[in-house]
Amino acid sequence: MTKLTFIAHDGTHFDVDAENGSTVMENAIRNAVPGIEAECGGACACATCHVYVDEAWTAEVGEPEAMEEDMLDFAYEVQPNSRLSCQIKVRDALDGLVVRVPARQG
Amino acid sequence: MTAITKTDVLIVGAGPIGLFAVFELGLFDMKCHLIDILDRPGGQCAELYPEKPIYDIPAWPSISAQGLVDKLLEQIAPFKPEFTYSRMVSSLERLDDGSFRVITDENEVFEAKIVVIAAGGGSFQPKRPPIPGIEPYEGKSVFYSVRRMEDFRGHDLVIVGGGDSALDWTLNLQPVAKSVTLVHRRPEFRAAPDSVNKMYAMQEMKQLEFQVGQVTGLTGSDGQLVSATIKGPEGDVEVPCTRMLPFFGLTMKLGPIAEWGLNLHENLIPVDTEKFQTSVPGIFAVGDINWYPGKLKLILSGFHEVALMAQAAKRIVSPGERIVFQYTTSSTSLQKKLGVVD
Repeated sequence: MTKLTFIAHDGTHFDVDAENGSTVMENAIRNAVPGIEAECGGACACATCHVYVDEAWTAEVGEPEAMEEDMLDFAYEVQPNSRLSCQIKVRDALDGLVVRVPARQG
Repeated sequence: MTAITKTDVLIVGAGPIGLFAVFELGLFDMKCHLIDILDRPGGQCAELYPEKPIYDIPAWPSISAQGLVDKLLEQIAPFKPEFTYSRMVSSLERLDDGSFRVITDENEVFEAKIVVIAAGGGSFQPKRPPIPGIEPYEGKSVFYSVRRMEDFRGHDLVIVGGGDSALDWTLNLQPVAKSVTLVHRRPEFRAAPDSVNKMYAMQEMKQLEFQVGQVTGLTGSDGQLVSATIKGPEGDVEVPCTRMLPFFGLTMKLGPIAEWGLNLHENLIPVDTEKFQTSVPGIFAVGDINWYPGKLKLILSGFHEVALMAQAAKRIVSPGERIVFQYTTSSTSLQKKLGVVD
């Protein structure tokens, strides 16, 4: 199991155990993290699972691919550390990953 | 006097479930007309994820969403459904003979014995961009589509977005507007490369401005914009803006169906699980838009729902007629309807 921490917009921490191969978004939904809507169900088609990756983790998580970058155009307050959580796959190297949920999803 | 289109069944929504409803209703000789807000069939499958594979359609280990839509269109072709695209249903009233009159946002009138709501997550509408305080300007100086280019003549126009709509309108409205500023989060675009090159060429010739950044604030009063604040890599920039066209894609909203008196349950339409009928007899709801205990939002569940719905609809359209349960594998009469035997 890989540990993930979601920090909701109000500062509440959600520590969850995630299975490798699942997406960060799926773990947010499974654990009812507020502020992650995932309207399209993980198809990279809606930009409502937008998160900010903690600065300490941006290098390990990596950059979005072209399709995700396109979809991020529709997100709210996009920053250099913005990612769509449905496009981040959980793996051993992400053990301890921290992501923040933005004020709103579009 | 507007012409009235009459049909047996009016289907609201031409997604996979609306399309398959044509098949099940067609086997019982009911003629269908479908209305959809998009300009083509397929609903979310066509608009959101046409190339994504779907793995839980029985007998299709993997099929792309657009592939599924294409196969459904092929399957229902024998029943010659009619389509009205790019329209939203607005009002519904019950007529004295028990049938329904439905009017669209462009005032087309339909009369049907049965209404089937297969509207999925609702109708696709332009997404409101994440700009604080935008609401009072909407419809006055912020528009989500261009109805008449003349409306933009002489204005300081700000266009926001990086897709084809944003680029096309930047190029088309440049000769009409007083000034055009295109705002996009990054210098890469999702639009046709030819349009992007033209835009950069016009920027070179100082015919328009291109700002990398995000709109973070609006200034104006009584719905009339004066300027917009753009947060870019070098800090905030204030640009003149008396008209704004944001292109932020589409989102789904239930829309006027919410006012049809169907006792909504969290924006979904409750139905029974025998007929998938709503609280109004003669109006059915199938697919993602309905709700009942145990509901699963799966295409496969929607297919099941339309089969049962069609039986109930037939009883209303042809009262007193005996409904004979038949298989397409063995029934000559069904095969005739499908056009596979003479």
